[in-house]
Amino acid sequence: MSNRGVRLLLLASVFTIATCGLIYELLAGTIASYLLGDSVTQFSTVIGVYLFAMGVGSWLSRYVERNLAGVFIQVEFLIALFGGSAAACLFAVFPHVNSFRVPLYAIVFVVGSLVGLEVPLLLRLLSAQLHLKDLISKVFTFDYIGALLASLLFPLFLVPYCGVAQTGFLFGILNAVVGLIALWALEIPNARALRIYGIGVLAFLVAGLFFSERIVAWSEAAAYGEDIIYTRSTPYQRITLTRHSDDIRLYLNGNLQFSSRDEYRYHEALIHPGLARLRNARHVLVLGGGDGLAVREILRYPQIESVTLVDLDPAMPRLFSTQEILTRLNAGAFSSPKVRVVNSDAFAWLKQNRRVFDFIVADFPDPSNFSVGKLYTTAFYARAQAALAPDGAMVIQCTSPFIARKSFWCVDETLHASGFVTEPYHVYVPSFGEWGFILASHRALAGEPEFPAGLRYLDASSFAELFIFPPDMVKVPADANRLNNQALVRYFETEWGRYLRQ
Amino acid sequence: MKTTRRQFLATAGGGAMALLAGCGNSPRVFPGRIVGASAAAGHRLRDGAFPAPDETLDAEVVVIGGGIAGLAAARRLDGRRDLLLVELEQETGGNAACGRNAVSAYPWGAHYVPLPNEESTEVIALFEELGIIRGKDPRGLPIYDEEALCSDPMERLLDCGRWQEGFLPQLGVTPGERRQYDAFFARMEAFRRTPGAFAIPLDLGSPYPELDRITMAAWMNANGWDAAPLRWYVDYCCRDDYGAGIEHVSAWAGVHYFASRRGRAANAERDSVVTWPEGNGWLAQKLSAPLAARIRRGCIVWNIEAAGKYTFVDCFDLARERSVRLRARGAVCAAPRFIAQRIVRGLAPAQGLEYSPWMVANVTLDSPPVGPGAPLAWDNVSRRSRSLGYVVATHQNLNPVQRETVLTHYWPLDAQSPADERRRAVARTHDEWCGLIAEDLEETHPGVTGQIRNIDVWLWGHGMIRPVPGFIWGEARRRMREPHGMVFFAHSDMSGLSLFEEAYTRGCQAADALLARL
Ligand SMILES: Cc1cc2nc3c(=O)[nH]c(=O)nc-3n(C[C@H](O)[C@H](O)[C@H](O)COP(=O)(O)OP(=O)(O)OC[C@H]3O[C@@H](n4cnc5c(N)ncnc54)[C@H](O)[C@@H]3O)c2cc1C
Repeated sequence: MSNRGVRLLLLASVFTIATCGLIYELLAGTIASYLLGDSVTQFSTVIGVYLFAMGVGSWLSRYVERNLAGVFIQVEFLIALFGGSAAACLFAVFPHVNSFRVPLYAIVFVVGSLVGLEVPLLLRLLSAQLHLKDLISKVFTFDYIGALLASLLFPLFLVPYCGVAQTGFLFGILNAVVGLIALWALEIPNARALRIYGIGVLAFLVAGLFFSERIVAWSEAAAYGEDIIYTRSTPYQRITLTRHSDDIRLYLNGNLQFSSRDEYRYHEALIHPGLARLRNARHVLVLGGGDGLAVREILRYPQIESVTLVDLDPAMPRLFSTQEILTRLNAGAFSSPKVRVVNSDAFAWLKQNRRVFDFIVADFPDPSNFSVGKLYTTAFYARAQAALAPDGAMVIQCTSPFIARKSFWCVDETLHASGFVTEPYHVYVPSFGEWGFILASHRALAGEPEFPAGLRYLDASSFAELFIFPPDMVKVPADANRLNNQALVRYFETEWGRYLRQ
Repeated sequence: MKTTRRQFLATAGGGAMALLAGCGNSPRVFPGRIVGASAAAGHRLRDGAFPAPDETLDAEVVVIGGGIAGLAAARRLDGRRDLLLVELEQETGGNAACGRNAVSAYPWGAHYVPLPNEESTEVIALFEELGIIRGKDPRGLPIYDEEALCSDPMERLLDCGRWQEGFLPQLGVTPGERRQYDAFFARMEAFRRTPGAFAIPLDLGSPYPELDRITMAAWMNANGWDAAPLRWYVDYCCRDDYGAGIEHVSAWAGVHYFASRRGRAANAERDSVVTWPEGNGWLAQKLSAPLAARIRRGCIVWNIEAAGKYTFVDCFDLARERSVRLRARGAVCAAPRFIAQRIVRGLAPAQGLEYSPWMVANVTLDSPPVGPGAPLAWDNVSRRSRSLGYVVATHQNLNPVQRETVLTHYWPLDAQSPADERRRAVARTHDEWCGLIAEDLEETHPGVTGQIRNIDVWLWGHGMIRPVPGFIWGEARRRMREPHGMVFFAHSDMSGLSLFEEAYTRGCQAADALLARL
């Protein structure tokens, strides 16, 4: 190739490296603010680490003595590999690490120093052909044009249409292709080995592009109107975590389970109206509730000796016991030695269970289909009854008595048909609306509640209000829900269907 | 033959699906086998000579056949008399047999019992003993074990390309056809409310000779009930219960289906049924468990004869290839009548016995089938299919997430005469049956073939007695009920309707009659 050709190629490399480098930096900043919130801090620290790493790379470049072109291309491939897969890797490790910042800054540092290494090498490669004056002016011009292009493409096109992980792979591929072209054009010793290496990296990135799940597809994020920080399909459900500034939300199959801003209202109302009146309670059973938020409330009572949590999906307790943001939410509930997690279906588990519990929490998803509907039937409550101590109590989350009034009272009727005494109550949770619960026991609960310290919503006066049903939510007649009529699912479908169509 | 556009599309579509399923032009081969029944053992009765017994054992009473009737009789005799029950299959249960694989238990034949009527006292007593009935509510209505009641949704029908709840066609039904629905069901309700009209056991009811003489189709014609959806529905019901449609069964049997059920429950609707993943196999196993030590399996009874004060029962042990003579004071023969009259020496053959052949397949799927409209139910029928659709064996499971499942596919073989159908059925290979079954399921659920993991097939050559005109209240059936010396008979054949309650009650009655004579 002519000198002119080589020169153009090298300048094109400057351009791609600049574009790709900035893209990797923006990706890391975006992911950090998706996952950790507080975008100002995240972007500043990521950019800081990145620039510092570039400095380290530049400094290291002095140790490259021989085979400049060969090292240059090798580094190019390394940038392609690390930079291209960084976004996908960060998403993948997020749920499994205690401190997300360690892998985040590590990867930013590695990519930054590689990019930092690359520019001085380029300058030296070109120095044979250009005067210093031209050299500096040309290289920096291309560098800054590349940066401009990257910073415009990123928010306007790449994130909305490609998604974060895909963008990473795309630019990694671009990096690798430029490296391969350079390899072909320049005269380099040992080119064969390098070529195999480069093609390997390219193949890896292409595979990543096609096979990685669209981790943060814009369409999905748009559906939630929040940034998605984690999403995964397990054999049982699709788990999605979102963040909107300091608000973290959990969705299961697209249905909101909690918002970190007001979940304390839900979980205090779920646990304390019952448990605060059971002074002798020692053993608690939680059915569903793999987020550990109910367990957090239960562990406020020092006399509780054991909490058994039965959740179908092992992914839920695992996620909520490893991820730092989430363990902060549930106050590390799963690391308490009192807590035992069982991954099993609640119905099947109760069928073989012989233990007796003082307090049972049934925190299942809403009865929106026949499978879940079974967990609200007289047959299920008969099983639960056998597991409940004579002076114990069971609490059940039962959808919104405002939106699905008949459904709510259907659960009440079902509990009566199963021989329970009930205390229906409700609470206002801003992200949910008016929400209903029912306390069920063998005989009426006596005594005043003794609330533990640290509650944000419940006290003596808000407790008394829970049990007041205004006229638009008072009891309506409904059939008991049985396996053989699934009355609840039918009410629920009609009522929520009507509400959502409005 | 002119191919209609629809047929063409169906074939083309089926072909495309077959390609998609990854099997090119040759039909896919499904793992599985033809499991039962032991037709070969049965044929030996007709053709083969058995070796003379080389050993004689004493038993006070012997029960021949371990179907529901035989098990009921044995249960009644057990503890009162020294007892042996002889069954030719490796398992008791007869038409209520069941199987099990890694995914689920499933029925091979009978799969449910409707809420028993008050007059089905034997069955009610059994249900109470087994805990299926748990007590009575203040109104005196039985409280059923909820987990035994068929879970909702129970039935759905694929018609006009959509699944609808229930089997009575609702889509595109004209006002005129609706008026026929109303008239037909009003008439059935009137029969149902008439005391002593239709009962279970059926011998407690009334003969209505005018209904017994003609077919259900003829009776419907006479009443002007010609609406296609109504006739399809009534035909479906008759095929489901009798293995033969309205052109074959008597109007009495047809009306009995609709007018005899009066069972009630404190905690279920009138049309509820009790069922288990293994179908009535659950009941058969509960009946046989306490009798285990008194049951001889894999032994075919080939001769029953009286000599002096003894009744000799000769049976051939299929595994050991030798015959044993049982010397008893009396016996209950609970084998089907067409066999009974071959093995009971001197028993006059009953005239006019017709049996419906059936094919039952258990199809294991990687995931439950999907379709537009109503969600998967327990019993799922397509109006366009000649099969009776499928029952979901995992429906009664309580775990909320089900991926793999077993469908029990029911197919009464009634296109031609029973003899021809029987011949055709046994001639077909496993692959040929799988082809028919997969094609039928594919019509109902395009693409389902790719989900099929295994198909096992069971052929019932003489699955159900057919209540053809004149049979139920005729001479043959009356004579079938008479004992022969000290041999008493018990089988649902003697009712002319193949129902659990009939079989069970016959067994109890035969045992009581025998006990009274000992
Ligand atoms: C496909 C199908 C589906 C059905 N579904 C239902 C349903 O859902 N609900 C319902 O109520 N009914 C149903 N039935 C009817 C069912 O037949 C009866 O409910 C009942 O199980 C019949 O019991 P049985 O004892 O009268 O007869 P069988 O079940 O015929 O019992 C006869 C027994 O005798 C044995 N035997 C025969 N010959 C000999 C011999 N020589 N030596 C030793 N043993 C011998 C046989 O192996 C068998 O075990 C169904 C039947 C079929 C075929």
